[in-house]
Amino acid sequence: MESTIVKAVDYNAYFGDNHVVKNVNIDIPRNHVIAVMGPSGCGKTTFLRGVNRMHELIPNATAKGQILLNNEDVMQMHPIFVRLKIGMVFQRPNPFPNLSIYDNVIAGYKLNGVRLPKAEKDKIVEESLTRVALWKEVKDSLMKKGTFLSGGQQQRLCIARAVAMQPEVLLFDEPTSALDPISTSTVEELFHELKKNYTLIIVTHNMQQAARVSDKTAFFYMGELVEYDETKKMFTNPKDNRTQNYITGRFS
Amino acid sequence: MNSSVKFRIGKSKAFQWLTTALAFACILPLFAILFFIIKAGITKINWHFLVNVPKPVGETGGGIANALLGTFIIIVVAALIAIPIGILCGVYLSENKKSRLAYWSRMCVDILQGVPSIVVGIVAYFWLVKPLGGFSALSGSVALAIMMLPIVIRSTEETLKLLPDSLKEAAFALGMPFHRVILKVIIPCGISGILSGVMLSVARVAGETAPLLFTAFGNPYLSANVTKPMQSLPLLIFNYATSPYNDWHDLAWGASLILLVFVLVLNISTKLITKRWKVQL
Repeated sequence: MESTIVKAVDYNAYFGDNHVVKNVNIDIPRNHVIAVMGPSGCGKTTFLRGVNRMHELIPNATAKGQILLNNEDVMQMHPIFVRLKIGMVFQRPNPFPNLSIYDNVIAGYKLNGVRLPKAEKDKIVEESLTRVALWKEVKDSLMKKGTFLSGGQQQRLCIARAVAMQPEVLLFDEPTSALDPISTSTVEELFHELKKNYTLIIVTHNMQQAARVSDKTAFFYMGELVEYDETKKMFTNPKDNRTQNYITGRFS
Repeated sequence: MNSSVKFRIGKSKAFQWLTTALAFACILPLFAILFFIIKAGITKINWHFLVNVPKPVGETGGGIANALLGTFIIIVVAALIAIPIGILCGVYLSENKKSRLAYWSRMCVDILQGVPSIVVGIVAYFWLVKPLGGFSALSGSVALAIMMLPIVIRSTEETLKLLPDSLKEAAFALGMPFHRVILKVIIPCGISGILSGVMLSVARVAGETAPLLFTAFGNPYLSANVTKPMQSLPLLIFNYATSPYNDWHDLAWGASLILLVFVLVLNISTKLITKRWKVQL
């Protein structure tokens, strides 16, 4: 039996009076890729940002319920510890524009004031960039600014930045929606590699992507978790009518 | 029909010419000022002028070393006071756009910018000069710092507002605490705008006379003691230009040229630095 790494128990999220995520219960198994899909405004991104406590950075945002990481409630932990264990990659590539590629990868250490010996830094940079298949492309220009890279490379740099912190879980918020098709497929190929070491939760509103990359898929609609199952089952034989309608394109 | 169309085309042309001519006219005052000041001041400036203090009335020669040193010290101290307060206040305003405190703070900063400099000088006199029992360079610095604050605060706020939220999110997602997000990511990314605000504020107060009249007061001798009266370029120009002695007039012209060049260099280097240090987002 696969072990659960992240578990949401009666999780609710609000923006002011607006109830955005409604009573979500979900078990996320270790070393799997989980796709979270659903139409715009269904609460999937809000749920994702709840997992590493990014949700509460928005003014007026509140949350109730539990998110368990290895059976520890992240709602009771300090957000900084949570975010060190649960990395995040955003919709648009957002490397630090004032830092070099090298410094971007170790930004989590450098900007947090953690001093590492040069050899260890070199090791982390090379390993992280290799993991995201970027090392060969940038190994001769590590001291250039991260923003010199193309969009797809920047996004992989951002993944490397998250990977460098050696988190247990990686959250992706529509990671390819700002990328061209070739960069998208490069990033998608990465997911298969990354799941050997991490658990990946990927928000996407691209159904094909969910089908291509994930082991399990969660379908959100109007703030509720409608269905959550093996991706194959979900796309061939959905249990809920709303899932069926969404997959067959009757609404988006 | 033809004549009315021609008339309209003529009007349009005339209007274009008018805007061009006025744009050109705006260049003239600066060049007129430069021309007169350089013409009157250039002959007075030499090494001797820069390293000596003024001579008493009746003796020829003398320089403005005391005013140069004084201006430098007063401005540096003012900047040391205004920069940290101004930048952090600007950070608050950009981080808390909608809070009530930000609203009132922003309003007060705008009003502060409009307060006449002589009033700032009088306030510094009552706050510092009277309680401390005498004129001092420090009280002058405080007066100038008050005048620098609005420029530093607003330029910091405007610069930081333009930075995308995604940058802050990237930093928070790496588990960085708020103070590190601000000090290591937000301020470094906005450094060119913040720096240009700081330099413009220095350029703005470098020539201020009124706030120094009852604070730094002026001093005919070389002094580096901030608790004592100190000479500064604008004070020297004000006092010597209104005196009846030709020797002192010469000193005032020379000092004017130096002050003008200082402000010009500051403005031009601000432009260069803004371009050079701009962080490409």
